[in-house]
Amino acid sequence: MMSIVERQEEIIEEFAILDGDMEMTNFYVMELGQKLPEMSEASKIDDNIVKGCQSKVWLTAELQGSTIVYHADSNTAITKGLVSLLVRIFSGQLADEIVTAEVFFPEKIGMERFIGTQRSNGFGAMIKQMKLYALALKSKIEA
Amino acid sequence: MTEISSNIKKFDVEEVRKLFPVLHQKVNGKPLVYFDNAATSQKPIAVIEALKTYYKGYNANIHRGIHTLAEKATKAFEDTRKRLSSFVNSNEVEEIIFTKGTTESINLVASSYGRKFINEDDEIIISGLEHHSNIVPWQLLAEEKGASIKVINVLEDGTLDFDHFKSLLSDRTKLVAVNHASNSLGTINPIKEIIAVAHEVGAKVLIDGAQGTAHLEIDVQELDCDFYALSAHKCYGPTGVGALYGKRELLEAMPPYQGGGEMIKEVSFEKTTFNDIPYKFEAGTPNIGDVVAFKYALDFIDDLGKENIASYEHELYTYAREKALTIPGLRIIGDSSNKVSVLSFVIDGVHPFDIGQMLDASGIAVRTGHHCTQPLMDHFQIEGTIRASFAVYNTKEEIDRMIEALQRVVKFMKA
Repeated sequence: MMSIVERQEEIIEEFAILDGDMEMTNFYVMELGQKLPEMSEASKIDDNIVKGCQSKVWLTAELQGSTIVYHADSNTAITKGLVSLLVRIFSGQLADEIVTAEVFFPEKIGMERFIGTQRSNGFGAMIKQMKLYALALKSKIEA
Repeated sequence: MTEISSNIKKFDVEEVRKLFPVLHQKVNGKPLVYFDNAATSQKPIAVIEALKTYYKGYNANIHRGIHTLAEKATKAFEDTRKRLSSFVNSNEVEEIIFTKGTTESINLVASSYGRKFINEDDEIIISGLEHHSNIVPWQLLAEEKGASIKVINVLEDGTLDFDHFKSLLSDRTKLVAVNHASNSLGTINPIKEIIAVAHEVGAKVLIDGAQGTAHLEIDVQELDCDFYALSAHKCYGPTGVGALYGKRELLEAMPPYQGGGEMIKEVSFEKTTFNDIPYKFEAGTPNIGDVVAFKYALDFIDDLGKENIASYEHELYTYAREKALTIPGLRIIGDSSNKVSVLSFVIDGVHPFDIGQMLDASGIAVRTGHHCTQPLMDHFQIEGTIRASFAVYNTKEEIDRMIEALQRVVKFMKA
């Protein structure tokens, strides 16, 4: 199992190949979104919507053994691709590691330039929500 | 078509483009294509230079200064008022009030005229095509006064149901507020007819001209409209400036909108008397520099000629519409024949946000979303549209680039 840091480094390498071409980057992000495992329709409820995103983003988390697995979807293809990057780095990791993780890949791949300030804020909201889920599940384990 | 083609020859779009410095840049590595003109248009060099000249040469507070710079600034400021008066053909220069923009102009009428003349059980008619700024001020007023709001239905082609409008009119109707052209769809409303029918029941009419000013002939006397609200930034002028035209007798009967300097005649702690129109409604130091520069935007429009602009933009729109319809799954929202140059569309199975972002990656600026017309989007049962809105400096080559980019997106998404 790769660590959160290693997965981020992997993402940075992949995006480096795109060489800053915005159109190619968009296509690539959407392609990643298409590969995200389907989220059950039953999970796409208002309670699971991440607040602060321009697009609709549904996010859930569950414990599988001692690790946390995330499920996500969005009504827009690019946002779905973006949330898939976070699912990729966090899913299957321990709660403690998720809560304390530093998310450094967005800056390295020039995400703000590519998705704009408002969507970057939305992306921040997704990270925060994932950490909150990890924190909640962590206390569940400890209880 | 022959007539349109011969008109277009009167100006050369490449020459027009030279007047707009912002157009000559690359965005995301591609030459910028600016199709977000309904949100705000770009500014010709004359407007930019006028701002510079004002701040470098004669910035001063206006109206009461006796020194030379104040005189010069006052004259330039009032020159724009005169220019705008002739632009909309108001009977008197004093019928033009400067505001921050269309939104403030509408709020001015709602707060001042509305508070005084609209009472319990009165009715305000708006249309289903309105921008939030021509909905919310009336809702606030209606709530405060116990008045109610009636909404004219929108037909499938994005035009207003005129028969429905007539059925809403009664002696309770005190005000009708509709736009000259829809910002979301581009539909041009039959405002002359709307005004005439509304006047028959004694209602006053406010026209939200935000989307009309840059594209359509405006003659407030011929229209007989009571109020016409507009924004400078939608018609090649600076942001933060707009105007309200109002008939003198209405403006005189209305109480002040805001209190402060400029708008008073005499102030004592016992009693204050108010200035004459238009100053009664212009409390505080106005946005002098931008008002001064606005004149040059109006000159730009008149130099090209409204008719020429309309013909050219119509040709751009027709071209874009035909090309757009070749894209599989593309549906135009509001496809009436009488429109300003706004192409609003959705593509089945592709979210407008994704298209907006993909177009941006190709250097093409469009707007996506509800365009501040959520009730209208609800009517069409859509979340939003992709809106490409054209201005006089756009070209068919730019439209081709947008169409090619859309084809790439659709091909990818449907693969």
